[in-house]
Amino acid sequence: MAMLEVRGLSKRYGGLLANNDISFDVEEGRILGVIGPNGAGKSTLFDLITGYGLPDSGEVHFAGKRLRGLRPDQINRLGVGRTFQKLKPFTDMTVEENVMVGVMQHTPRLAAARRFALEALEFVGLLEMRKHHGQALSTGQRKRLELARAMATRPRLLLMDEVTGGIDQRTLPGLISLVQRLKTEGMTLVIIEHNMQVLMSLADDILALHLGRKIAQGAPQAIQNNQQVIESYLGGAYA
Amino acid sequence: MADVQSTAAVDNKALASAMAEPLRAPANVKRRAAYGTLALALVAFPQVFDSPFLHHVMIILFMYALMAQSWNILAGFCGQISLGHATFFGIGAYSTGYLFFAYQLSPWIGLGVGVLLAMLMAIAIGIPTFRLRGHYFAIATLLIGEGVQIFFQRWELVGAASGIFLPIVREQAWLNFQFHDTKLPYYYIILVFLALASFIVWRLDRSRIGFYFRAIRDEPEAASSLGVNVTLYKSFAFMISAGLMSMAGAFYCQYVLVIDPETVFPLSLSILVVLMAVMGGAGTLWGPIIGAAVLVPLSEVTRVYFGGTGGSLDLMIYGALIVLICIFKPEGLVGAVKVLRPVAGEEKTNHGDARS
Amino acid sequence: MTWEIVIQAIISGLLMGLVYALIAAGLSLIFGLMEIVNFAHGEFMMISMYAAFWLWALFGLDPLYSVPLCATLMFFMGVATHYGIIRHILGASMLAQICATFGLAVFLRALAQFLWTPDFRSIANPLVEGRVELAGVFLGLPQIVASVGCLFAFGFLYLFITRTETGLALQATAQDRQAAELMGIPTDRMFALGWGIGAACVGVAGVFLSTFYYVFPEVGLPFALLAYVAVAMGGFGSILGSLVAGILIGLVESLGGLLIDPSYKLLIVFGLYLTVVVFRPRGLFGRF
Repeated sequence: MAMLEVRGLSKRYGGLLANNDISFDVEEGRILGVIGPNGAGKSTLFDLITGYGLPDSGEVHFAGKRLRGLRPDQINRLGVGRTFQKLKPFTDMTVEENVMVGVMQHTPRLAAARRFALEALEFVGLLEMRKHHGQALSTGQRKRLELARAMATRPRLLLMDEVTGGIDQRTLPGLISLVQRLKTEGMTLVIIEHNMQVLMSLADDILALHLGRKIAQGAPQAIQNNQQVIESYLGGAYA
Repeated sequence: MADVQSTAAVDNKALASAMAEPLRAPANVKRRAAYGTLALALVAFPQVFDSPFLHHVMIILFMYALMAQSWNILAGFCGQISLGHATFFGIGAYSTGYLFFAYQLSPWIGLGVGVLLAMLMAIAIGIPTFRLRGHYFAIATLLIGEGVQIFFQRWELVGAASGIFLPIVREQAWLNFQFHDTKLPYYYIILVFLALASFIVWRLDRSRIGFYFRAIRDEPEAASSLGVNVTLYKSFAFMISAGLMSMAGAFYCQYVLVIDPETVFPLSLSILVVLMAVMGGAGTLWGPIIGAAVLVPLSEVTRVYFGGTGGSLDLMIYGALIVLICIFKPEGLVGAVKVLRPVAGEEKTNHGDARS
Repeated sequence: MTWEIVIQAIISGLLMGLVYALIAAGLSLIFGLMEIVNFAHGEFMMISMYAAFWLWALFGLDPLYSVPLCATLMFFMGVATHYGIIRHILGASMLAQICATFGLAVFLRALAQFLWTPDFRSIANPLVEGRVELAGVFLGLPQIVASVGCLFAFGFLYLFITRTETGLALQATAQDRQAAELMGIPTDRMFALGWGIGAACVGVAGVFLSTFYYVFPEVGLPFALLAYVAVAMGGFGSILGSLVAGILIGLVESLGGLLIDPSYKLLIVFGLYLTVVVFRPRGLFGRF
């Protein structure tokens, strides 16, 4: 049984078929990259898996448990974490408090929650910023905070929406090694990513979407050379 | 940004020292002393100053502070802006008043019933409206507040528009919650209520439920993705807030011994509660108290010295003040007074509800 | 209950609905531009009504002639509100935005009470008064004139928004401020214009109302409440939605008062709002 099993996921928003009969598996401990031009339905896929929006049809199973119809917080407590493309740090809390929120589902005691939060912050390299306000961080720091927050919920599966978007070249290697560390720690990851180089080095498998449909799935090398994938990027509105 | 893979020894040291920090800065001795003095002063006040008028002003001040504090829990901390909070004030007033009037039940029981009813009402309102976005939720509460007032104005059982006149009872003052010789018991009772509400706020700031409230206020979607059951916690906030507000209503009923829909359910009361909390600083412990401390004396002074149409002078000033506060100091007055700012690390400044 | 009475209720509901629609349109315009609910909208109307009253009381000017004057006065008041207050809270929290216009409302109401006492005023012997009878149905002439006037004003508004260059610039600003800026549209001035027009709309409605309604400091409240319902039901940001919802509310209020209980009119309207908004959170035509 795969850690994540998606079967026939479809969702229509008004006139737009955002996800059209998408199916795939992710084995435990592997990294699946999800690629596709803008509007391919990648974020919608994440939304459907994590409970933000009910699929019109299809099923999602995580470690054998059915996710369809659950609320996002229920799905998270089962062990699925998620970062958002549009970063939303809790602006009126300090960095450490931000991360503590996610830990508290495991313990109501502030002191214990804080210890674990600090560990997560240390993992992503934000420890010195712990007393700063959520508002005061740079984009790269916010990405790390987003990651730390999701990790603090102790997920077994982590869905990351855009790891490298808006990150400058200097910060990039640090983030990549961060994700690699996650994998070594046994986390299963599904990553939406535009940056091909990054994905080539990180992903075990790649899922390619185009206009809501899955057009290819396989090893990175194979996907890179896949005719349909190349056309979807060159022919489509890829920015 | 330095590479994350530093040497393990350095990491552990930094981590260890970070963990050794207390969550909050150790209690300031001067601050403790200030609070203690304030508490003593408030308790001693009516013994020292014998004027019934002053007692009355302080009682009203505490009552408004209680109301503002209760609103603060729902809106300042949890971010759900209610513009119809008078609903719960009225429920508390009517529960107490009616149960005593019709069944001679001790107003303390009425108070308990009022709190329960207010909490039930909060859930009943919350379930359909929590899914609404900010402005829609605010307007819904506005309409519900008005609707409840209209409903009580037509409800014959509780006296419709005339309301309820509580029978004056002079024996067993404490059981019947009526004190006629002196206002002092009222003073201390409302002070205890206010202290209770403030204690709840104080605890919230230091508990998981408080964290969840603030997360919901700032980014409900993100909070949900981190395991927070947003609807459940919004409900908690609403219930606690409604319960405290109804306690104020119950107190009011026993203080004036006459209630009617126009007095206990009006939009003007709902608005005042919002304005007081925001003027003082929504989302802080002292904000609502400060807000009441500005409004109530202002009202009394203008009422005494101007009378007649001067009675609206206080609202003119207050309205103008609120506009200025929102423009120049949206975190409220508490943000300005350094000694009252909560302490949790040097970089943190309390922005109240400064989400954009 | 005769047919005539029902038809009378329907028509008078329609007439009032047009007045509500104009009030709501102003509110919707402002929200569509900058996502701020003007909680002082009712007080703007109140000020306009007092202006019409004093113009009549001091100069003998009939309200119908005051319409353009009051509309202009309110336009400037709206613009002043934007530059004086709103511009400074655009980036602030929702609570600050709500409280800023709330505070303004409290201030204006108290000011009116301070200057002119809480007494109810009314305009006697207006140019247009009395009733007409159409096939057994009695309708007040001022009400007819008021709704026709509001309908015209609404028509002007609609044409302005959709057919003029400035109107299109307003729409562009409402849809995407940044893009509008890039296209060279002075969005800050658009905001001010929106406030001016929004205030003028409710001002016009107020003047017409003053021909058959009492003028007093709190007069704005019930109308504002119905306007909020209309905007929320029609959808924030949709002018056409305010028309539909305004008329709907006028009808529900009138028929509900007739068929169920006049004193429960408002409750029925509120119930309608809650139902619509729970099942269709964005309102009938809304973007938000």
